[in-house]
Amino acid sequence: MAVRVQSEDFDVGAESRALQGPAVGAIALFVGTVRSLSDDDDVTAMTLEHYPGMTEQEITRIETEARNRWPLIDVTIIHRIGRLVAGEQIVLVAVSSAHRQAAFDAAQYIMDFLKTDAPFWKAEERGDTITWVDARQSDNDAHKRWD
Amino acid sequence: MSDTTINVLYFAWMREHTGTASEQISLPDDVRNVAALVPFLAKRSDGHALALKNMKAVRVAVNRTYGDLDSAIAPNDEIAFFPPVTGG
Repeated sequence: MAVRVQSEDFDVGAESRALQGPAVGAIALFVGTVRSLSDDDDVTAMTLEHYPGMTEQEITRIETEARNRWPLIDVTIIHRIGRLVAGEQIVLVAVSSAHRQAAFDAAQYIMDFLKTDAPFWKAEERGDTITWVDARQSDNDAHKRWD
Repeated sequence: MSDTTINVLYFAWMREHTGTASEQISLPDDVRNVAALVPFLAKRSDGHALALKNMKAVRVAVNRTYGDLDSAIAPNDEIAFFPPVTGG
């Protein structure tokens, strides 16, 4: 398992290959990127802040919950921090298992809880204007399907 | 840190309102939970009062674990206030 919070970019291909192994029959990958179109306004960049120490702890807790629910072989979660311009990768969730359903479901579960529980905050830049992003009710609703 | 202080952290717009990312606070004897800490901190400045005005829009962590207004506070604790999270 690996949980990494970093400013550097990540290589999806390399992370996927790192999860391969004799018992692995499925690798599900989710990559979140910086969207430039948001609320009809052009977002040029965003800055991600987090709570060092708690972030890693919360992500590890979410991963442990996922492992308790599904027979996973390995999990890699990478979340970037700092200033990211439109189109850049923000987050990677990569899950390996023997069969696809566990990998698909666990990747979704991890993303849903990462969205509501991992202490990250985004500030969006539109030209010279910087605004903190509001939490979305849809994100709060998304994790209720796992209750 | 002495044994009667707590470390209070603020993130995102709460940090901007309070003007500080962290501050050491001497814990008064009658403040032993988050509900009592909030009005105590709000008196520190107009920015603190603004940041802590609507606790429904704020989340709190005690020693890096999510808590709420009822969470107990003891000397040497790390108490963090922050807006609902927006990562991913």
